[in-house]
Amino acid sequence: MKQDLVIHGIYIAFAIGLLMTFGLILTWVERKQAAVMSDRIGANRAYLRIPFTQVKLVWWGLFHGLADGMKMLLKEDFRAASYDRVAYALGPWVVFAPVLLVFAVIPFGGQLVPAQLVDSPELAAWFGDRTYRMQIADLDAGLLVIFAFGGVTVIGSMLAGWSSNNKFSMLGAIRSASQMISYELVMGLTVLGRILIYGTVDLTEIVQQQSGVIAGFLPAWGLFLQPFAAVLFMTAAQAENRRIPFDLPEAESELIAGYFTEYSAMKMGLFMFAEFIEIAIIAALFVTLFLGGYNLPYMSDAGFTLPGGHFIALSHGTVVLLQVLTFLVKVFLMCSFQILVRWSLPRFRYDQLLRFAWKFMLPLAIANLIVTVVAVWAIRGAGA
Amino acid sequence: MSRKPYQRRKYWNEPTMGGWERFYLFEIVRGLSITGRVFLRNMGKWLTGRKGALTAYYPEEIRKDYAAHNRGKHILTQRPDGRPQCIACNMCATVCPAQCIEIEAGFDPEDAAHPKYPSRFEIDYSRCVFCGFCVEACPEDAIRMVKITPDLPSGDRHDMWFRRDELLGWHPQRDVAKPYPPKPDGKAGGNP
Repeated sequence: MKQDLVIHGIYIAFAIGLLMTFGLILTWVERKQAAVMSDRIGANRAYLRIPFTQVKLVWWGLFHGLADGMKMLLKEDFRAASYDRVAYALGPWVVFAPVLLVFAVIPFGGQLVPAQLVDSPELAAWFGDRTYRMQIADLDAGLLVIFAFGGVTVIGSMLAGWSSNNKFSMLGAIRSASQMISYELVMGLTVLGRILIYGTVDLTEIVQQQSGVIAGFLPAWGLFLQPFAAVLFMTAAQAENRRIPFDLPEAESELIAGYFTEYSAMKMGLFMFAEFIEIAIIAALFVTLFLGGYNLPYMSDAGFTLPGGHFIALSHGTVVLLQVLTFLVKVFLMCSFQILVRWSLPRFRYDQLLRFAWKFMLPLAIANLIVTVVAVWAIRGAGA
Repeated sequence: MSRKPYQRRKYWNEPTMGGWERFYLFEIVRGLSITGRVFLRNMGKWLTGRKGALTAYYPEEIRKDYAAHNRGKHILTQRPDGRPQCIACNMCATVCPAQCIEIEAGFDPEDAAHPKYPSRFEIDYSRCVFCGFCVEACPEDAIRMVKITPDLPSGDRHDMWFRRDELLGWHPQRDVAKPYPPKPDGKAGGNP
């Protein structure tokens, strides 16, 4: 029992540290990548000076995120003249907390056998033959939990918009809600196809089923099985996150800052932070559903099996490390891709946004679902 | 006699997008590939130690594309013995539209040919508009403008002055650290 507590404590610390780091670093990555994409240099002036020395750590401006955070914390916490102070104070947290919670069900590694991790008899004796999935909450309904918590986020933005006592906030909140309803539908229908193929909503199961090889050489990732669903899912997820091609709820040119117009200091920072963490969450979800999670091609729990029948054995510790690192690298690449999209595409008009959801994405998602159903029926039916 | 029927002037463009562009998906992929290509190209340059941007680092780096006749920072020309050519006639200060030149004349009985010289010659670069009138007005060719700009980024306008000795002994290589001229109250700043 104690062992479980230790392992899960480590997982939780890892997850929270990971998400906070991603949130902090992505603010910098976003600025820097935008700069590199447009032939500029980008943020490169903030530095940390080592105390009592003149050594300045600039590190390509990596500390700009830290400087931003400090600024947010030290600013005046302005309160809107609103009738509902509780909802006003609650708004940012209702946006922020579910975003963190979603990560609880995402597997960031395969099986962990602590006894085999390092060559230490005491550790092996203490842990015995316990095995753990590298996932904080090992829930059967993982995918449903993600959708449930994802849906809570919009309540936060509704609360914020409604309690701010501001027309811009109100409009932003309404837009946010309608956008959420439209794109959550598309996202759900897309993911339904994945559930049909794997026959489970358990995310660990889904990832394990992606570890094989199809057609002899291609890794059995969802991306190769359902490329169309991957595109739809990514689009809908970006719309969920209200980033630029879909950032109507906070369209600066129309609504100042949308539902968080009246927020300042760290309350506003929480909204921004939630947005950046959600980039990482969406990336993690995409990696889990479509890019094989922590799987490297041809890698199993024992080692690599290359297509030629060649086998490279790896120790358990190496495998665990490789899996966690693979997951992180994949997540980071997907974050980078989202930032690429954000700095490449112009914003929709509001009617275009809804038309795009209901008249373009939804029929495509349904078509994708029907094709998947028929294919699954044909394959499984033939087999049974 | 027939009049041409009224035709409304066409001031808008017909939509030129075909079905391919309207489908949107492939055009997005094309746009992303363009931006992604630029990103990878620049990132490759940065990672191999080259500069992947068109921007110049402002105070540290001098822009390459200044014209040879660019009106940048002022210099005071010198006589062979190193004293300023300037005779403190105040013509540049008079013509200056920004009124940013301050001259205080001194008297030198030793030099019979040029008894009047500037004991103070200061230019306020927070005001200067770089019009070049001072250069044109000067009867003695004592003030010129050179290609390189006076790089005095500062949070304090009192740091943006150039004094006589700096204008005289000006070298672009040395032009990094500037001693601060004294502030009007005479307390802060330490320039002997």
